[in-house]
Amino acid sequence: MNENKDSAAPPAETLMQMSGVTVTAMRDVSFIVLEDVDWTVTRGEFWVVGGPQHSGKTDLVLLAAGLMPSFQGSYEIFGKDPQTFGEAQLAERLRVGTVQEGGMLFSHLTLAENVSLPLRYHKNLTPGEADAAVKALLDLMELTPLAAVTPANVAANWRHRAVLARALILQPELLLLDNPLAGLAARHRFWWRNFLDELSRGHEFFGGQPMTLVSTTDDFRPWQGGPKRFAILRDKKFIPLGAWKEVEAADDPAVKELLSVQLEPAT
Amino acid sequence: MQKHWNNALHLAEKQWLRRAPLPKSYSDYLGRKLFLFLLTVQGLGAFALITLGVILKKHNVARNVIHPRMRQETVRAGVALIPMFSFVALALGFLVISQTVAVAARFGAIDYIGTVMVTVIVRELGPLLAAVLVLARVGTAHVIELGTARAMGEVESLEALGIDPMHYLIVPRVIGMSLGVFSLTVYLILGALGSGYLFAFLQDVALTPGDYFKELANSLTWLDFVLLALKATLFGFFIAIVTCYHGLAQPLRLEEVSRVTVRAVTQGIIVCVLIDALFIVLYLLG
Repeated sequence: MNENKDSAAPPAETLMQMSGVTVTAMRDVSFIVLEDVDWTVTRGEFWVVGGPQHSGKTDLVLLAAGLMPSFQGSYEIFGKDPQTFGEAQLAERLRVGTVQEGGMLFSHLTLAENVSLPLRYHKNLTPGEADAAVKALLDLMELTPLAAVTPANVAANWRHRAVLARALILQPELLLLDNPLAGLAARHRFWWRNFLDELSRGHEFFGGQPMTLVSTTDDFRPWQGGPKRFAILRDKKFIPLGAWKEVEAADDPAVKELLSVQLEPAT
Repeated sequence: MQKHWNNALHLAEKQWLRRAPLPKSYSDYLGRKLFLFLLTVQGLGAFALITLGVILKKHNVARNVIHPRMRQETVRAGVALIPMFSFVALALGFLVISQTVAVAARFGAIDYIGTVMVTVIVRELGPLLAAVLVLARVGTAHVIELGTARAMGEVESLEALGIDPMHYLIVPRVIGMSLGVFSLTVYLILGALGSGYLFAFLQDVALTPGDYFKELANSLTWLDFVLLALKATLFGFFIAIVTCYHGLAQPLRLEEVSRVTVRAVTQGIIVCVLIDALFIVLYLLG
């Protein structure tokens, strides 16, 4: 997985490892969406996993986040099986941030309250004590003018940023994103791509530490650039592709579809 | 002739129906209903035990988040309903006293008004009416809010953030509703007893306030206070459990929320009546 790294360098820490994992659908556990997934994510990597609709992207992210069990195979995150995540392993769970597609904010809370909730809950803070951290993060996300507004009254593009802010408030080491660019306006798409690239390099807001990122997508094109690693979900398989140049060179029609390349007509 | 023939045919049909075993579809239907009932009882029991476990285990976790939510829920299931309960207390006192006076006057048993008020309002109608009103006003809102939150994926979001949905969503509602029903029951009973005397006075019943309240005090035993507190708290606890269970415990689609709300209200009333029946037995034994 790390063939581009110097062989003399110490091996990078493995954050997430799947071996022979079978992923089922969240809504129907009898329906298998991915089989025999072998995947290792090491610290500092930025993975982009592509796939068309209903290829299992969301279920893969949910399983990776430890929100649903794997049907078969072994899966470890930070060296622990997430199926055993309990109160004692809460610290490990909080090292993972998740941004789900559709921006599931809590409808009864304002954007600022949504963002502050994980921080206040896990550190037992009053709203005043969490205020400074929340304001700084909302400012970074350009959400300050919308801080006191409830999600129903905010456009989807900004709601989605609030979901990202909520996932980042506890400064996770691994950030899982489910199709984060889907349905965004061009300006927001551009902001997201740049921001995620900065996180991957090490954003000064988070102490300059590179964050490990895993994102799914249904369009490879916006993810060009930077030392990313790509994979595709096709025919219930997880197929690693390599860096961007391998993606461009791939002869696979499914990859071409995600690059929106004109396919040759079938003979 | 045709008419008699028809009657005979119908009679024959009825006789055959009486003798015949239940059609398979009917017994299947009954069996399915019974099975579903047992599953619901099991689910509610497990949900209640898990909630109690979370209340005990996490009483000190995230106090700055959970305690304000408990206060909000107590206000919602208690303080906010005081205007409605004031009206109901007045009406209840009037209804019970007017009927009692009408009957007691005929038998010269006016002196027993206090005893009747204690038996009817303190032991039975007060707690049950308070519970049913809170179920209708707040319990339905619980099912709709939690069902919608579940359908919109908010529960999964909480889990992804490492927040226990039982602790954040259920515990404040259960504690708020238990305290709310208990407080409103006391308020309703005091209001109904007071308004009862007011209407007795307006009906020219020869009873001084001192005699009336002395009669009430003589009719009450220490067991009344203990069982009343226990009963009102249990009503609140189980209404919250039933409504939260139906809203949260199973994945819902948005279009299912209204159907589930009706089911939760029905089951909430049944649970209250069963608890009430249990307390009648305790009164009889006491």
